[in-house]
Amino acid sequence: MDYISNTDQERKEMLAAIGVEAVEELFSMIPEEVSFNRPLNIPEGISELELIRNAQKKAAKNKSMTELCSFMGAGAYEHYVPSIIDHLISRSEFYTAYTPYQAELSQGTLEAIYEYQSMICEITGMGIANASMLDGGSAAAEAVLMAARISRKKKILLPDSIHPAYREVIKTYGVNQELDFKEISLTGSKLDLDELAENLDNQTAAVVVQYPNFYGSIEEMEKIQELMKKSKKALLIVIANPISLGLLKPPAEFGADIVVGEGQSLGNGLNYGGPYLGFMAIKDDRRHLRQLPGRIVGGTSDVDGKKGFVLTLQTREQHIRREKATSNICSNEALNALMATIYLATMGREGLKEVAAQSYHKAHYLADKLEKLDGIEIVNDDFFHEFWLKTEKPITEISDKLLEKGYLAGVDLAQFGEEEGLLLAVTEMRHKDEIDNFVKELEVAING
Amino acid sequence: MDEKLIKDYSSPGRKGYSLPPLDVPEKDLNAGLGNYLREEPLALPEVSEVDVVRHYTALSEMNYGVDSGIYPLGSCTMKYNPKRNEDLARIPELTQLHPYQKDDQLQGSLEILHDLKNYLAEVSGMDAVTLQPASGSHGEFVGLMIIRKYFEDQGDLRKKVIVPDSAHGTNPASAAMAGFDVIEIKSNERGMVDPAALREAMNEEVAALMLTNPSTLGIFEKDILEIADIVHEKGGLLYYDGANMNAVMGYVRPGDMNFDVLHFNLHKTFSTPHGGGGPGSGPVGVKEFLAPYLPYPVLSKSEDKYFWDYAKEKSIGKVHSFYGNYAVMLRAWAYMVTVGGPGLKKTTENAVINANYLKTKLKETFELPYGEDSLHEFVLSGSKQKKEGVSTLNIAKRLLDYDQYAPTIYFPLVVKEALMIEPTETENIETLDRFIETMLNIAREINEDPEMVKNSPHTTVVRRLDESQAAREPDLCW
Repeated sequence: MDYISNTDQERKEMLAAIGVEAVEELFSMIPEEVSFNRPLNIPEGISELELIRNAQKKAAKNKSMTELCSFMGAGAYEHYVPSIIDHLISRSEFYTAYTPYQAELSQGTLEAIYEYQSMICEITGMGIANASMLDGGSAAAEAVLMAARISRKKKILLPDSIHPAYREVIKTYGVNQELDFKEISLTGSKLDLDELAENLDNQTAAVVVQYPNFYGSIEEMEKIQELMKKSKKALLIVIANPISLGLLKPPAEFGADIVVGEGQSLGNGLNYGGPYLGFMAIKDDRRHLRQLPGRIVGGTSDVDGKKGFVLTLQTREQHIRREKATSNICSNEALNALMATIYLATMGREGLKEVAAQSYHKAHYLADKLEKLDGIEIVNDDFFHEFWLKTEKPITEISDKLLEKGYLAGVDLAQFGEEEGLLLAVTEMRHKDEIDNFVKELEVAING
Repeated sequence: MDEKLIKDYSSPGRKGYSLPPLDVPEKDLNAGLGNYLREEPLALPEVSEVDVVRHYTALSEMNYGVDSGIYPLGSCTMKYNPKRNEDLARIPELTQLHPYQKDDQLQGSLEILHDLKNYLAEVSGMDAVTLQPASGSHGEFVGLMIIRKYFEDQGDLRKKVIVPDSAHGTNPASAAMAGFDVIEIKSNERGMVDPAALREAMNEEVAALMLTNPSTLGIFEKDILEIADIVHEKGGLLYYDGANMNAVMGYVRPGDMNFDVLHFNLHKTFSTPHGGGGPGSGPVGVKEFLAPYLPYPVLSKSEDKYFWDYAKEKSIGKVHSFYGNYAVMLRAWAYMVTVGGPGLKKTTENAVINANYLKTKLKETFELPYGEDSLHEFVLSGSKQKKEGVSTLNIAKRLLDYDQYAPTIYFPLVVKEALMIEPTETENIETLDRFIETMLNIAREINEDPEMVKNSPHTTVVRRLDESQAAREPDLCW
């Protein structure tokens, strides 16, 4: 099955109009020594029915959350996704559109991005947001590069309490600009404030803090804000979980200069890690704005004085500034940002708070129950909806046993090569019975 | 603005969601969160479900997608996005998967990704493929980092990358982001890389030449092997910008043209939707000697098991939090499986026929600055019309009045008043004829009533928007 409309007869007519007899003539400029003279070694095409059958056969080899009850998080969270989101983004005027280059025919996309930017500003407390970045990790990396450009310094303080994958991505990006990364150790489940203080000086370009951090704990943001006074140049970058901001103070209140994060939990499914969206917001500061990567939508008016929206401040971008652009980013995650926009609109003032609060209460309900069991230590003192559990028993053994009972027991920290234990996340999706049964099965797996 | 903002639908206390009541004991938030508890309530909209549905439906009606009609954006390959691929990317067992689930729970998905990698390698003539980059420019960045790391490993620190002046803007931007200095070389009178200029610019400090073939003019670089030799003789590598892959499938492969690295745009040639600006997906293919540098984890197969290999000895590192834009890859896989090997070749043929048909019919009325044979796209100049005082921007805006999207304009930079046109293979002859008729009509209008064309668009929901006002007085959030 191909997607070509023209018939053989129509093709013939077109070739005649062009002035050639056979289609091969149109490729005659390709020199013989490079041309490809055998059929592609890819199977013949198939029909729709065969495709779906083929895909379902593959799907049957997976174990998905249709059959498993998950306590996994670590940067990808299973939250309730209102049904209307998929219906609305399936309007093909949205999903089959290109980047809104012709503004007059793209007002839908542009107005939605303007709303997205506005609501990201609202939850983070910041003044300006861009139209989205590729994902949480790359948004954090671009924030670091931006901070280095603004401060004209190279030292980046990168605590071990940040998601290990984000730290990897940040370093991959940073190595090209010869940034100097200084790791800050973990004390308990938080960054070591004394070590941060020792390393923070006038050579520092940025301090990066995750809020809540990778282990679920809430860093001592007020003390960090105080410490930032030690350096005139350094910027504070906060990697925030957007759902938590329904309940927690926005990073702007702790003096954040750049707030980034993974927007997946705002109405986007898990999709095995992508497509997700990175969000990025900054203070309302013209100097910083000039260094902001990515697309930005702004309001303006048309020749009749009617309000409308356009892509703006494009002189920061690659298609104009080329090698001097603030980033190479072109395609971003517009449709995922639209999902986040519809999510924030639907959940609204009360809903985001309620999702955050339910996740908080349920995670604490689970942690309180687990803490009473023998052989389990909860490392965190305080946390939002995710916590770090330690036990003597090998985690792989526990995970395997729980999988047999239908549970994804959490994320095994050993895979990141730094710490041991299990990272457990609970959202509003888990009901009490599931949590109670999970505790029973976990107890059997550990002590049974 | 025909549709007010979602916040303007707000009415205090209105709700658009419902959740089950909390079924566990409530903790004392003040005690637990203390100073970190939000004080100010969120000023998010308070709207009903119907409000939300009506609002975003209204916004969609102010938009234009491939399903609305022709979308002839050059270098963007706006082809039809098959609906069945959308269904497939919503099969729960293929999508309700957590990125940290173990490989043995995901054998079906990993098999799909592995097949996709193999198909991409076959189409491009490359040996190894990573699917991790989330967009085309992300792929460029990865490809250039691989090149950088390779030279570092050889103890041969090369700091420069050559980019033709006709290249996509992302090329120099990605090179700069990967830490290279960019050297721009001028195209010759045919709009192509001038081997003499290249020879002059090429030396042992140059890590790579970035090229797309066919070029952004849609013209195939016949001297490609000579160009590759010039670069390789000085120890440099050749990077292929796969944005124009739709022009060559089944006819010529970048690997066979001696390219060492390339990126694909799954959201172009492989039919996944653009989503109004993403998500895309930009896999990278390399020759064998560069395979150790691919971002980790690398998808591998041992006997009958698929697994992620986290060995990172020479890898450039990670560029994405997880594995890239997985659900986009599912759609691209579905496309390649559905169309099949012979179908991909037919796709390229029809894309080239459609572009040449348009070119034949338009080149008398609009200037064709580079007359060489072209493949999937071509570039006209509005310079004749400009003499009448009507710019390419005006022509683009007038097209919108006819309910058709405009070509890419003012790109490539080597053509004045450029109109870069790529119809793709999925348009039929009637749609093409309508586009031709409209363009010819606009040319007539320019003769008869240039002011009317200059003041277009007239029929869109908003008319010409003031971009300088937007930049001068930024209004970026409500």
